[in-house]
Amino acid sequence: MANSGTPLVELRDISIAFGGIKAVDHVSIDLYPGEVVGLLGHNGAGKSTLIKCLSGAYKADAGEILINGEKAEISNPRDARSYNIETIYQTLALADNLDAASNLFLGREIVGPGGFLDDSAMEAETRKIMARLNPNFRKFNVPVSALSGGQRQSVAIARAVYFNAKILIMDEPTAALGPHETQMVAELIQELKKQGIGIFLIEHDIHAVMDLCDRAVVMKNGQRVGTVNVNEVTDEDILGMIIMGKKPPQAV
Amino acid sequence: MTDTPTHAPQGSSDAKLGPIARFIRGTELDTRMLGMVGALLLIWFGFHIYGALFNGGGVFLTPRNLWNLSVQTSMTGIMATGMVLVIITRNIDLSVGSIVGVTGMVMGLLQVEILPQYLGLGHPAIWIVTVAVGLLTGILIGAFHGWLIAYRGIPSFIVTLGGLMVWRGMAFLSADGRTISPVDETFGLLGGGPHGSVGAMGSWIVGILGCAAILWILRSGRASRKKHSFALRPMWAEYALAALGCGTLLGAVLMVNAYPWPKGILKQENLPVDAVVSHGFAIPVLILAVVGILMTILMTRTRFGRYVFAIGGNPEAAALSGINTRWVTLKIFALMGMLSGLAAVVASARLNSATNALGDLDELYVIASAVVGGTSLAGGVGTIYGAIIGALVMQSLQTGMVLIGFGDGSYRKIVVGVALVLAVYLDNLYRKKTK
Repeated sequence: MANSGTPLVELRDISIAFGGIKAVDHVSIDLYPGEVVGLLGHNGAGKSTLIKCLSGAYKADAGEILINGEKAEISNPRDARSYNIETIYQTLALADNLDAASNLFLGREIVGPGGFLDDSAMEAETRKIMARLNPNFRKFNVPVSALSGGQRQSVAIARAVYFNAKILIMDEPTAALGPHETQMVAELIQELKKQGIGIFLIEHDIHAVMDLCDRAVVMKNGQRVGTVNVNEVTDEDILGMIIMGKKPPQAV
Repeated sequence: MTDTPTHAPQGSSDAKLGPIARFIRGTELDTRMLGMVGALLLIWFGFHIYGALFNGGGVFLTPRNLWNLSVQTSMTGIMATGMVLVIITRNIDLSVGSIVGVTGMVMGLLQVEILPQYLGLGHPAIWIVTVAVGLLTGILIGAFHGWLIAYRGIPSFIVTLGGLMVWRGMAFLSADGRTISPVDETFGLLGGGPHGSVGAMGSWIVGILGCAAILWILRSGRASRKKHSFALRPMWAEYALAALGCGTLLGAVLMVNAYPWPKGILKQENLPVDAVVSHGFAIPVLILAVVGILMTILMTRTRFGRYVFAIGGNPEAAALSGINTRWVTLKIFALMGMLSGLAAVVASARLNSATNALGDLDELYVIASAVVGGTSLAGGVGTIYGAIIGALVMQSLQTGMVLIGFGDGSYRKIVVGVALVLAVYLDNLYRKKTK
């Protein structure tokens, strides 16, 4: 993929420390429209921490974030949303006791006259978008605790898609899913790519990265080992980067 | 995944259901609520029949007792609606009884010793200023608790346990333990009694307005479903719901109107001894009804209510969705404080005095009412109407024990305690079965 022009997102020289431990140490990454960039590394390598600076869950100690070439101030999840950054968390950030529509619109409810919630309108919108993403979805009136992992994930993805995400962060979106559901998510990622959405994909599974990503960034001990175009390297190259921090010649 | 629905239509669609199951499916009534109403009726008939068999006459199911029961329930009920929000967000408030005590004293001193100096005794603004100051005091105390909990990270159990002691102490110090009485005459009406009731005509107006509201809600609900082409309830179910709702309400009107003023009051008012003047709904009961309706709207129709449930279901998810969870928590405790202040209005008006012991141990009955009413201590689940029915169940047990001659306190406490544990156990069984 020829990445020219202004990147959709640029994280420049980001550092963040927790009580003296440098979780992220001067890391820079970027993302272009219609691109999937994989973030790899061991547990504790700093991938999730880095990406949480973009989603607004953490605030970086140093460094800057640029969206479409302009400096962005992101200090909470609401700021991130105003830049059309949507996050799908590993822990499936859904309120289990609420139904699909309430979760989809959580924090951005449709309100009618007088500021009262318009639940019917929200359910109707939810039915529309779920018909597109997961036509088999039927459980609209039960709490999401009654849904399977894949159904829950499709609610989480629907939330991102519905609100016109330009930048999507997926933290191990398939970790809790079976093979069929994983395939469904993979197809969805291809579909979102076509729409020009940029995706950061945090993954442990090398094969998923090789299948889905255009580029891969490998982190170790809070630092960036290197960035590679996945079609120029092998599984072993990436594994070497993750395990030994060994940078192959193709990497930048 | 421990939270289960209290409102979800369950199961598959098979046509071979019995008439009761078909009725519940069609009307979409909450089976848990039906269970609670069933338990309530069982308690009522149980005490009545026990009285009839062993005490030579059942007195539970009489207009007089049910009217008194409704007044006694209103104070606990008002606070229980707020406790639902507190418990849904996985918090607890042990201080509500003490807040009742201290706000009661503040209002007592204000209306008896301070305001009459400036406005003159019996000035019509006294009760308004007093109630406003009482509610504000409650809000400030609650907001302070909420700030300590949400912004300073002190567990709610500890903050409100501290509050339980601090505010009770303050209630004593505010007047060196004196009892302040009598309260302002208009203020006193807020506590019920023959004069603090709206009479037969007033009760019919309340009943008819209520029925109109029920019909309007059913109608607009159906219209909204139609607009988005969701499944509609069958027409017979709509009619059944309308009949049930209006029937219960009008039945309540008939009941409160069947309780006449006692002879002593008639004499006081220079009315003939054979005159029949109905009590009608007591004002505290109407206050509870208004609180219940407003709180239900707050919880089901507003963003704030949705966020309360979301925080209870998954605090992290709520925060990541951009909800300011700390601010919501502070507001919940401020609201709880305000409702405690309102309960203090009703309690001190009813007793015609303010004492430093007002509301003592109320926190336990309030928490018990919310929990018996289906609020899950694990968080995320609870309803306002459940808490009010829960308060009615708890009060019915207490009143019933007194009426059948076990009113010396010990037996009453044992029965109420056993009922609380049993109710939560049955609730667990119910939730497992409907999962």
